[in-house]
Amino acid sequence: MAGAKALSSIASQEAAGDQQLNAVVCQNVSMRFVTDRRTVTALDNISFSVEAGGFLCVLGPSGCGKSTLLRVVADLIDPSSGTLSVFGRTPRQARINRELGFVFQDAALLPWRSALGNVELPLEVGGRRNLAKGAPTPRELLRLVGLEGWETSFPHELSGGMRQRVAIARALLGGPRLLLMDEPFGALDEITRDRLNEELRRIWLETGTTILFVTHSVYEAIYLGETVLVLAANPGRVRATVKIDLPRGRALSIRETEPFNRVATRTRELLGSEL
Amino acid sequence: MSVSAGVSQALAAEIQSAEAEYRRRKRRESWQRRILPCVGILIGIGVWAALVHVFKVPPFIAPSPMTVAATFVAKSDVLMNNLWPTVVEAVGGFLIGNLFAIALATAFVHSKAISQTFFALVVLINSIPVVAKAPILVLLLGNGFAPKIAIAAVISFFPTLVNMVRGLESVNPQAMELMRVLSASKPEVFMKLRIYNSLPYLFSGLRISASASVIGAIVGEWIGSNYGIGALIIQATYAFDSALLYAAVFVGSAFSVLFFMAISLAERLIVRWQPPSVV
Repeated sequence: MAGAKALSSIASQEAAGDQQLNAVVCQNVSMRFVTDRRTVTALDNISFSVEAGGFLCVLGPSGCGKSTLLRVVADLIDPSSGTLSVFGRTPRQARINRELGFVFQDAALLPWRSALGNVELPLEVGGRRNLAKGAPTPRELLRLVGLEGWETSFPHELSGGMRQRVAIARALLGGPRLLLMDEPFGALDEITRDRLNEELRRIWLETGTTILFVTHSVYEAIYLGETVLVLAANPGRVRATVKIDLPRGRALSIRETEPFNRVATRTRELLGSEL
Repeated sequence: MSVSAGVSQALAAEIQSAEAEYRRRKRRESWQRRILPCVGILIGIGVWAALVHVFKVPPFIAPSPMTVAATFVAKSDVLMNNLWPTVVEAVGGFLIGNLFAIALATAFVHSKAISQTFFALVVLINSIPVVAKAPILVLLLGNGFAPKIAIAAVISFFPTLVNMVRGLESVNPQAMELMRVLSASKPEVFMKLRIYNSLPYLFSGLRISASASVIGAIVGEWIGSNYGIGALIIQATYAFDSALLYAAVFVGSAFSVLFFMAISLAERLIVRWQPPSVV
């Protein structure tokens, strides 16, 4: 992990060869959905990589296939063509080894389980694993996401933001090396969203886990990411890779600074050039 | 300092009076909820008594509420002796029919082929009216408890099957994806996700089949039986004993209501979470 200091400015093809440094390597991945009416190309020849310990935000308009891309990495769907590796293995092996955590847009909590019961779910399915010695317990993870004292509350007693915090704690159980997040804050109000953005940065710095984060908010992508992958829609393809040159420790107020606005303007131009 | 203390004291008093007002309103509403239905029932009985009295309806056509009440007291042993067989048949049929329904719903969700093969057949059988199914089962099963339990079972079966299949299938797609990310096996998905998800649906099926099983038992008793509420209804009708007929009908429907309420109570005790979206 010592090598994962500064991110190389471009996720180059050469780096793709070095599996140890990369959490995710995606090469020429395409995804087509055949329906009665037409065939949709959701992803067209997508290539990118994420360094171990990195934070990549996938940014694009709706319909650009960003959620599909995340589901291909998580082994929820198989790509039509192309190759993927997650920590040098196939996505399937990574999934079975529990190297992935996934946070969905709607928190996807089980309504009949308490907050603690939801965080404990990964221990009860998929071969009933025990937590590694010293790994954070469900209670400690709830504390990490700021929900100490809410362990016995049920999802319907929690606010939208709190539910999403529980989902993050659940995804972090077992210390996954890669956290996949599919617009997790998209349904929240702006104030809650800002606060959770700040906390996600903190959690990323504290845990050192690699994060792949899908969003359609330019500000969220730049504030959170070390790198932003800009996608274009119809068919979904890579428009650009933007390296975010901002300090690792970021306060929300960084969004009002000159360097932030410069990169935001450039990113918006990249998105806009599509239209 | 003293000014802000005064303000906060005034605020506290205001909050207190608002809370008292809220509690008063809630109490009034809960009383209304309980008393008004009783008032409605009393009005119904009053209208009934008035109609019988004004039009001088002869007692073999329709009894007055007072006559029915007197029959309740006088013939309470006859009514109770005939209630128990009906209870046994309805509850027995309810249990058997729902067990089969839950088992078949599980098989349907497990295999699409099973579902496609048998669903049409089940719908076809269900489309036969109860009064038509009853003689068939009486011929098959004889004159004892068996055919009545079978009829109650067949009639309870369908609402539970349909609701249970829906409940097992309508799982949040993202929760399904979560289970896949966690590499959960099919039995684990069933035990941890589908069963719980189906419970609110199951109970709405059970509430329907609780009432339906009572109907099934009574209809079964109409055909070749000399005990039970159904048999009592038939006997009272042929004897022009309208007071006993009405009393038997009331006992049957009181049992049906109690059965329904027991299921609702069980639901409230078991399904303590709030279903994600009320369907």
